[in-house]
Amino acid sequence: MTPFKPVLLEAVGVPDGHTLASYRGRGGYAPLEATLAQKQPNDVVEMVKASGLRGRGGAGFSTGLKWTFLPKDHPGPIYLCVNADESEPGTFNNRILMEDDPHQVLEGTILSSFATRASTAYLYLRYEYPRSWHRLQAAIDECYAAGLLGRNILGSGFSLDIYLHRGAAAYICGEETGLIESLEGKRAWPRIKPPFPAIEGVFKKPTVVNNIETMACVAQIARRGVDWFKSIGVPADPNNPRDPGSYGPKLYCLSGHVEKPGCYEAPLGITLRQLVDQHGGGVWKGRRAKAAIPGGISMGLFTEAEFDTPLDFAGPGKVGCLGLGTAAVVVIDDQTSIVDFLHNSCRFFAHESCGQCTPCREGTSWSLRILERIRAGRGRLKDLDILLELGTTMGMMPGSTICGLADGAAWPIKNAINKFRGEFEDFIKRTNPAGWMVTDPVPALTIVGAH
Amino acid sequence: MIAQGRRVITEAMEAEIEALAPRYPNRRALVLPALHIVNRELLHVPLDAVVDIAAVLGLPPAEVQDTLSFYQFFPQEKPHGKVRAFVCRSISCALRGGDELLEKLCHAHGIHPYGTTPDGELTIEPAECLGACDFAPCILANDDLLMNMTPEVAVTELKKPRRRAT
Ligand SMILES: Cc1cc2nc3c(=O)[nH]c(=O)nc-3n(C[C@H](O)[C@H](O)[C@H](O)COP(=O)(O)O)c2cc1C
Ligand code: SF4
Ligand code: FES
Repeated sequence: MTPFKPVLLEAVGVPDGHTLASYRGRGGYAPLEATLAQKQPNDVVEMVKASGLRGRGGAGFSTGLKWTFLPKDHPGPIYLCVNADESEPGTFNNRILMEDDPHQVLEGTILSSFATRASTAYLYLRYEYPRSWHRLQAAIDECYAAGLLGRNILGSGFSLDIYLHRGAAAYICGEETGLIESLEGKRAWPRIKPPFPAIEGVFKKPTVVNNIETMACVAQIARRGVDWFKSIGVPADPNNPRDPGSYGPKLYCLSGHVEKPGCYEAPLGITLRQLVDQHGGGVWKGRRAKAAIPGGISMGLFTEAEFDTPLDFAGPGKVGCLGLGTAAVVVIDDQTSIVDFLHNSCRFFAHESCGQCTPCREGTSWSLRILERIRAGRGRLKDLDILLELGTTMGMMPGSTICGLADGAAWPIKNAINKFRGEFEDFIKRTNPAGWMVTDPVPALTIVGAH
Repeated sequence: MIAQGRRVITEAMEAEIEALAPRYPNRRALVLPALHIVNRELLHVPLDAVVDIAAVLGLPPAEVQDTLSFYQFFPQEKPHGKVRAFVCRSISCALRGGDELLEKLCHAHGIHPYGTTPDGELTIEPAECLGACDFAPCILANDDLLMNMTPEVAVTELKKPRRRAT
């Protein structure tokens, strides 16, 4: 096998790789020029559809297909929102793309705007990325000066403005309709769907929301072609007509207990073990792994025995995880308590729930309180059943919430308890010898507060 | 907390907000950018500023306050420190000592999480994943990312003066 050469990350480590001159030197913007000169928007939609590109923001929905949901012959305006809220714990690939190769992101954004006939693109950037903010703004300024943005781009008649819009440290702004509400200046409460954003999105107009890495992929597909993209990754399962395959390169974030944390590009379908051993330098300090998050904390947990599962769109689901998510892998060594892991996860979701849906607001906050009590040595075996009940009833999948945050809160609970029940039981019995068997209601600890 | 009825936002701030107006089809979308501009200058957004922003944008003050209160990002009672340090407590940092880092920092500076030192120099806040897990544990101090922190290094880092957040 020929060694895999990074494409999305090709600017990393290149001096001044973030500048327009450097990007052009690598072949950048030539595809945009050719597209604007020779092609129609629909050609770009068809190209992206044919590539099999699936969104990199977490849900893995076909990008080309999403674009076709926009109303035909709409008088406009149509908006593109580029989702750079990247806040899923463990995830930082968008940051690297924006800091090291902002023009790749912008070329993808311009091509996607052309395809969707959007004349304004808002790039919604999380507040905690000041460096990305400056790099992107500088790159946008370069584009305006070079005629790649603004009125009548390169004489094609196509006009586009890209504006950066900063968030304010709220995870829920990454959910696409939370993003839209936030952009409109309101509290970031996700909307009930339908209507989907393609029909009624930001400012009540048709809107496409796509992730930063998705934009970078569009730029590379335009440059290297559909066949190149489809030659990488895992083809669709011929025995499963509903599997669209997992094509293209993917940015995997690796952190936690590994020797070399970092963002690594690999073909979709690399196994978690290969990623840790070949890129991450193995588990740190010569220790063994106990578990790993496969794609951001919302996706749940792999046990060490599940590390040979491929990290493609279909892989994590086969071992009971929620999905590939953001492909952010966090390794947990064998000296770490799964009780502590789950406490950390529950604290995150209790803090980030927007509070609209009762199962999510109450479920996330109660799961944190129960974990606090277990950690304080007052857990009962019954708590595990209560936690599992919360984990199986809150979320879009059980149909009790508006958005997927609750599913993301539920999955670590379910996976941790189902896959590590023995450890929870041992911990509870050891720390609460007098009360682990109690089944009557117990007083809650006074909580210091989730916020 | 009551509004004093004083104008607290300056003409420069108003001009900066106004310059962003052509980007959006309505003025409500300017709420978050306006809050950021005011917070950058005043290190908080007191109720008077909310009233001012509402007047500039032609919105009821309650709408601005509603949005502001959602984010828990814009202090209202008093300014945050000249350095605002977000200490990550999410999973990748926690696995590498993030919680201890927060605790030791607060102890060393004699404040509680979300507290500000009496001299107004430093605020320490727990934060969720800063998107820099490759450098865990990490801190965002104004615009500077402090990477691979140990408590010892972090204590000295947070005593240094820093450029304002942008
Ligand atoms: C709670 C929650 C948080 C999310 N956060 C992000 C995020 O930070 N960035 C992102 O691109 N997508 C995020 N998503 C997914 C978006 O809703 C949306 O599916 C995605 O931006 C679409 O882009 P894509 O099709 O290019 O992947 C989140 C979803 C949920 C439910
Ligand atoms: S599921 Fe949770 S985060 Fe999502 S809308 Fe409901 S309460 Fe808000
Ligand atoms: S978990 Fe701390 S930066 Fe991501």
